[in-house]
Amino acid sequence: MRCRRTWTRAVAAGEPRRIGYLYVLPALTVYVLFLLLPLLHTGWLSLFEWDGLSVGRWVGFDNYRTMFAEQGAGAAFGHVAVLMVFFGVFPVSIGLVLATALHRARVRALPLFRTALFLPQVIAMVVVAVAWQRIFAPDGAVNDALRTIGLGGWARAWLGDQSTALLAVGIVGTWVQTGLATVLFLGGIGKISGELFEAVRLDGAGAPTEFRVIVLPALGGEIGVALTLTMIAALRTFDLVFIMTPLGGPGGSTTVPAYEIYQRAFLTGQVGSAAAIGVAITAIAFTITFLITRLAGRERA
Amino acid sequence: MRHAGWHRVPIAVLAVLAAVACTPGSDSADERPENRPAGQVNTDAAAMGEVTLTVWDQEVRGGQEKQITALNEQFQRTYPNIKINRVARSFDDLRTTVKLGLTGNDAPDVVQVNNGKQDMGAFVKAGLLRPLDGYADAYGWTRRFPDSVRRLASYPENGDSLGDGNLYGLPQTGELVGIFYNKTTLAALGLQAPKTWDELDAALAAAKGAATLPIQFGNLEKSAGPYLFALLMHRFGDPGEESKLATGRAGVSWLTEPNRSAARALVDWVDKSYLTSGFAGLKGDDSWANFAKGDGLFHINGTWLTADLQAAMGDSVGFLLPPEREGTMAVTGGTGIPWAVSAKSKNPDAAAAYINFITAAEAMKVQADNGNLPVLDADKHAKAGLQGEVFAAWQRASTSSAVVPYLDYATPNAYEVVSGAVERLLSKQVDVEAFLGALQADLDASRGGG
Repeated sequence: MRCRRTWTRAVAAGEPRRIGYLYVLPALTVYVLFLLLPLLHTGWLSLFEWDGLSVGRWVGFDNYRTMFAEQGAGAAFGHVAVLMVFFGVFPVSIGLVLATALHRARVRALPLFRTALFLPQVIAMVVVAVAWQRIFAPDGAVNDALRTIGLGGWARAWLGDQSTALLAVGIVGTWVQTGLATVLFLGGIGKISGELFEAVRLDGAGAPTEFRVIVLPALGGEIGVALTLTMIAALRTFDLVFIMTPLGGPGGSTTVPAYEIYQRAFLTGQVGSAAAIGVAITAIAFTITFLITRLAGRERA
Repeated sequence: MRHAGWHRVPIAVLAVLAAVACTPGSDSADERPENRPAGQVNTDAAAMGEVTLTVWDQEVRGGQEKQITALNEQFQRTYPNIKINRVARSFDDLRTTVKLGLTGNDAPDVVQVNNGKQDMGAFVKAGLLRPLDGYADAYGWTRRFPDSVRRLASYPENGDSLGDGNLYGLPQTGELVGIFYNKTTLAALGLQAPKTWDELDAALAAAKGAATLPIQFGNLEKSAGPYLFALLMHRFGDPGEESKLATGRAGVSWLTEPNRSAARALVDWVDKSYLTSGFAGLKGDDSWANFAKGDGLFHINGTWLTADLQAAMGDSVGFLLPPEREGTMAVTGGTGIPWAVSAKSKNPDAAAAYINFITAAEAMKVQADNGNLPVLDADKHAKAGLQGEVFAAWQRASTSSAVVPYLDYATPNAYEVVSGAVERLLSKQVDVEAFLGALQADLDASRGGG
């Protein structure tokens, strides 16, 4: 740390390097034009009641106030909270176990496993959704499997049942994100010096201790990255629920904020309220990223 | 000195805000387009000079694509001075982009606009579509199209109630939601095609008794549920009252005895296991594919499946209108997506000439030849088999007052509300009263806001 600061000061002590801003300018222009301005514009629209066609009516922060009082948007944020567990917490937990196991067992065909685990990430979400829709269908693979092992009573229309639709979507999320987490963690474990593992093993520690003392602390950064990526993926879920459970799913049990935005902005002519939800998602994403970075950073120190 | 430039930041932010900060929609609020009477419009397309017409359509599937391509070619040959610039999109894509298209500076001349209140109604309210009554007089559309068809593309200026006010578009095709049935299975049960509701009940019970699936039904998308409910509304209700309900007229209510009976009858079908097991998780497309493979005696769906079902089942599939109630026929149906003229079109006369051309009597033959159900003269172009039965049914229904619009025209949210409520009724999450209550609440809310 100290050494880097000295270096910075050495440069700053000379001419003011205003020319530096010039280098940033091209990227900054693109960023402002295509990210900051639209974001500001969205914020501005969220202060209106506007159908997208006729002249809007200024309503101040009413769209935000009603957002959480109203059933639709509130439920959508609740569902996305559940999805965050399926998209983020489960994949990271499973990924940690898988990566440690794969590392310990020194699997021969590791590259093969890695590729297979990562595959769901590469497939387009729409394809994933259509494929899983078939698996969860009344005569699909899940029900067939249940009937084969004598649990036919559990067979049901998974995506058409109010109590299981969100669960089904969540399982797909876990399936998609686990590969990403595992591959990240495998890379992280690979960087740990083999001597450390040897040392703990000499001390007579088993796998759980090894995991707690070496693997977990060393993977702080990777866990932070994995959590950030998967949580954001959960927050902006749209294609999966839109295709697997059309129109918000049975009894509206799988609506998510992104779906509400689409519905309001494009179909029911509530552009202002859609923009407000958009701003809320942005704020939540920002907060989550900030918190995760802080926590993961501290863990590492 | 290094931070000398930072005091400019607030100014920059203000400038940015000023750039984005104008009341949304204020630039699109031009004057309302006026209806020009028949005497003031030009109907001589050949004498309109060199014109380019931009046309946005959603005729992209099979027979639709074929008919519009053929008609566009004919139009170009007849009027070489008018160049068609066709922009084709799927129904969903067109629906989500048309709003931006109509408000933009580069608006299309002719565009297909869905009849519903959240589409055509909203555009009429915002003054984005041109009223066509003058053209209707000049071209004789009032004689060409029956009242029942024109009403499905008419709105008053406030965009509130479908069926009143000015004419804003013309359709090319018709569609009905009726009862497809498997003739082979019915014959095996020793029954005739049911002509009364009692006979339909008997056929359902007979199928169930013979371990045959009575009604093939898949409601994952929630679009098929309202078809079933609407069918049962026809059993107990009056088509006039149902039409008022479907279009959200003043003074109508969902909380009536006929609607209660219809909802109870639907629950009864669920209780008797007349519907495909696991229907809530079955896709609509998979459902009719199962029916085509012979699984199920009846299938309630729209005539847009005619060509597919005939190709798959040949002579063993038939089509029935809902049975009559005390001699009155009622059937859910409507037209294809109407073709409208945008308010910003610089060549409304040419646009109207185009719409006139693609909905003329000769164009109806092109429809039928390509497997579509022509909105007019269906009986003249009737073919063999299922298509013939469907054409005859449409001709009979569209020329009477039997056609009841889809239930989703009543309010801006009606599609989501009705399909969601039926889904909950089918899964027993709500009872009959709560189901009708949800529909009524949506109706009340739209009135309070409107």
